[in-house]
Amino acid sequence: MEQLHELLQQVIPDGERVLTEKADLASYSYDASFGVYMPEVVVQPLSTCEVAEILKLANKHKIPVYPRGQGTSLSGGPLPVRGGIVMDLSQWTSKLEIDTENMLAVVSPGVTAQAINNAALVHGLIYPPDPSSMNIATIGGNLAENSGGPKGLKYGVTKDYVIGLEVVTPEGEVIHTGGKTMKNVTGYDLTKLIVGSEGTLGIITEAILRLYPKPQATETLMALFDDIIDAGRAISNILSAGIIPAKLEIMDKASVEAVEAYRPTGLPTNIDALILIELDGHPEAIKDEIKRVNDVCLQEKARSVQIAKTAEEAAQLWLARKLVSPAIVRVKPTKISEDATVPRSKIPDMFQRLKEIKQKYNIDLVVFGHAGDGNLHPNIIADERDTEEMKRVEQAVEEIFQAAIELGGTLSGEHGIGTLKAPFMEMELGAVGVDMMKRIKQAWDPNDILNPGKIFPEPNQRFVLTND
Amino acid sequence: MTELAYQETLSCVQCGYCLPTCPTYITFKKETHSPRGRINLVKMAAEGKITYDDMTEAIDLCLGCRACETACPTNVQYGKILESAIEVLAKHKDEQLKSRVKTMKAFLFNQVVPNEHIRKVLGTGLAFYQKTGLQKVAQKMGVLHVLPENLHAFETILPSVEGPIKRAKRERFYEAVTPQPVLKVGFFVGCIMDTMFSSINTLSMKLLQQAGCQVTVIQEQGCCGALHQHSGLSNKTQELAKRNIEAFERYDFDYVVNSIGGCGAMLGEYPQLLADSPEWLERAERFSKKSVDISVILSQLTLPFKKSLPYKVTYQPSCHMTNVQKRVNEPLQMVQNIPGIDFISLPEAHMCCGSAGIYNIVRYKHSMKILDEKMKHVEALAQQPNIIVTTNPGCHLQMKLGVEREGLSQEIRVVHLVELLAEACGIEA
Ligand SMILES: Cc1cc2nc3c(=O)[nH]c(=O)nc-3n(C[C@H](O)[C@H](O)[C@H](O)COP(=O)(O)OP(=O)(O)OC[C@H]3O[C@@H](n4cnc5c(N)ncnc54)[C@H](O)[C@@H]3O)c2cc1C
Ligand code: SF4
Ligand code: SF4
Repeated sequence: MEQLHELLQQVIPDGERVLTEKADLASYSYDASFGVYMPEVVVQPLSTCEVAEILKLANKHKIPVYPRGQGTSLSGGPLPVRGGIVMDLSQWTSKLEIDTENMLAVVSPGVTAQAINNAALVHGLIYPPDPSSMNIATIGGNLAENSGGPKGLKYGVTKDYVIGLEVVTPEGEVIHTGGKTMKNVTGYDLTKLIVGSEGTLGIITEAILRLYPKPQATETLMALFDDIIDAGRAISNILSAGIIPAKLEIMDKASVEAVEAYRPTGLPTNIDALILIELDGHPEAIKDEIKRVNDVCLQEKARSVQIAKTAEEAAQLWLARKLVSPAIVRVKPTKISEDATVPRSKIPDMFQRLKEIKQKYNIDLVVFGHAGDGNLHPNIIADERDTEEMKRVEQAVEEIFQAAIELGGTLSGEHGIGTLKAPFMEMELGAVGVDMMKRIKQAWDPNDILNPGKIFPEPNQRFVLTND
Repeated sequence: MTELAYQETLSCVQCGYCLPTCPTYITFKKETHSPRGRINLVKMAAEGKITYDDMTEAIDLCLGCRACETACPTNVQYGKILESAIEVLAKHKDEQLKSRVKTMKAFLFNQVVPNEHIRKVLGTGLAFYQKTGLQKVAQKMGVLHVLPENLHAFETILPSVEGPIKRAKRERFYEAVTPQPVLKVGFFVGCIMDTMFSSINTLSMKLLQQAGCQVTVIQEQGCCGALHQHSGLSNKTQELAKRNIEAFERYDFDYVVNSIGGCGAMLGEYPQLLADSPEWLERAERFSKKSVDISVILSQLTLPFKKSLPYKVTYQPSCHMTNVQKRVNEPLQMVQNIPGIDFISLPEAHMCCGSAGIYNIVRYKHSMKILDEKMKHVEALAQQPNIIVTTNPGCHLQMKLGVEREGLSQEIRVVHLVELLAEACGIEA
């Protein structure tokens, strides 16, 4: 390891970006999920050339390398599970160029989606993907996890915006995928292969992203329901009426109660669920749509519907949704944030299954999230120190995955597989499906040095939610 | 408290929401110097996975500005975690401190800060030094280079100090200008403030008076204890807190007013400080409820503005005012209300300037890096301001140093909010 340190210092000579102090290693041993693994070295490259040299070195000496953005992964993506080198890319923010002619952004891996969107807004453009961590997480992390947010319903997720990448392969070669054109069918679509690969196939060192014109107007509506199943039906019907809201979010009774206990916003706590909808587009068009949404909700037995009259009122309505996260952890400290996703038409069925699971395992289950695209966020709140409770939670989570897959859905809508969900891969993809993916990994990374131990389960790996 | 606040570290879900708010993370560019990193180090140290020495640097370099708390979705009590770590480390590392830092710290805390006499001498000395022109001579002759770089840097920006005679002559009681006092106010002068910036205290009281308050300065008050607390001397702080509570309890004030962001924050946290002594808790709560920043009182009253001030003004809020006292709007509104002022808002104003108690003295080099980040934002303003307003003596000195380092002292003046208000009301110290 001494030797490794010296070799790395030859690549990055300024001395400050190769970290070996115990405190530094400990500070890159975690992410926002579970598990703590100490790396041997942390490096903070600031150029493609540095990344390539480090990977060549690591590949030659067969030392694992784990790319890391801002460490907000909820699935263990950047954890150095086999020791080795953590490559921190969050400080590499030098490039953020807006190409207004082609409506594109060209960015370094450490830039945040928020920064990209802000830079685009100056030119009347937007970068739509909006994971709630968008002002912290890096674009590299967003690409590697194919992150998405509320706007995914109408605008899609990160993968729908990337048209070109610069990638350093595990063997230290630099490749360029895609380019600046909207259409490109030259060979395999490696851009899309890298997106969502969770840092296991290559390190993203630059990305070319599409931008959109900023919509002219937005409208917000909130509907209250006495039964969450009705709310689910209202959501399905709004979408099948041909209306695609920019955002369509749901909060169940438990999340409304938690918010009102935390910071009262005046919501009634005797409802079973509420939905929040934002429409955007041409002012005349959305005026008409908001009326139709209103009618659909009332038909599905909404207790009441409120349309925001001003931007402030709209912000006030969204505030409650923003407060859910902080509010629910006041109840108990440990939050297990799941993101199993089902096809839209199965939203009411998934609500039913979640209700049953909640009762069966006697857990604090809160449902809120991006209902419009079936990406419900069932969150379980527990106390990490209560091992008996954590066991029940583990079982409940397994059953949530099962339910999602049985309903034709997926393990993860946006948070990724990482280490956390690896044990369930076969359940969704089948043995051959997993094997085909493994073969891709072997072709790209013959020595298994880039982010090993992720996506694919280790032999006998079980699902665990504790830190030890 | 002599143990690490382990329970508090467990409520951190490591989401990273605090990262973009932390000046040391942004300036030093590694997770180790972020709130999430520090909390994890404290947690790991408490679990015995790393040693106290391993976490020392990270804790030492924390500004204690507590911007991280405002961003935290799960309400992690960072202040508590930090203070527990400082205290544990203070015990552990006292012997290992570099002797110069140690002597200076000991001198500051045991001698200068609580000692009325020395403070007076220091005040007198400074005033003498400045008034006689010795300062100019010394600056010219370069005698100052003999001082360690950090003290030397501050020498050029020290405020002009009111002489002891003038300070002694200052009234102890200001009758309201209105027939009936709107409010009865006890004034908290603070210790460093009253030495270096006593004219600001004088102006504050005159402003309160003009706004209809009856203002009293009581003899029995002492240091608020903030500097002791941030250095892990919570026993000493508790002593000082009790003394202040007792002193003010003897009078019937509607409010205890101060014009020092950092002290105000400490006074407001007396209940947490004394939470373990049942006989004091309630008294501390009563005291803290009454204790407010001057901007809070003035924003509820009417000031007799006499002059329009044709200045371009920007405002650097004090961290303790923003993140601990949670007073954001009042001071801002006061600045904006001054007739004639062209207000320019400072981007990233919530970022600490790096003064942070005595951080800029004991961690000079790091503090200057943080200050340079701050000054970048000042210089990037589309219009250059001619005034930077602060609400705390530490910030005041630091921003002055920043202006000096950028060679802008001809163009930009640093003032306390109270000075600007007084100027607009035609009040002189
Ligand atoms: C409070 C909170 C809310 C969240 N909300 C959402 C949400 O709404 N939607 C959503 O989709 N996700 C969400 N997430 C999850 C997380 O923020 C995203 O997955 C994010 O994209 C991770 O970015 P990061 O920079 O933190 O990457 P990290 O967590 O550091 O890494 C994530 C993965 O990307 C890889 N990686 C990082 N950079 C590179 C690179 N340059 N090249 C190759 N691989 C790389 C890592 O190896 C790892 O596998 C949330 C997380 C938190 C804590
Ligand atoms: S107190 Fe300030 S410097 Fe310390 S961790 Fe929090 S934000 Fe960073
Ligand atoms: S914002 Fe709060 S919970 Fe999140 S990492 Fe920071 S301290 Fe921890």
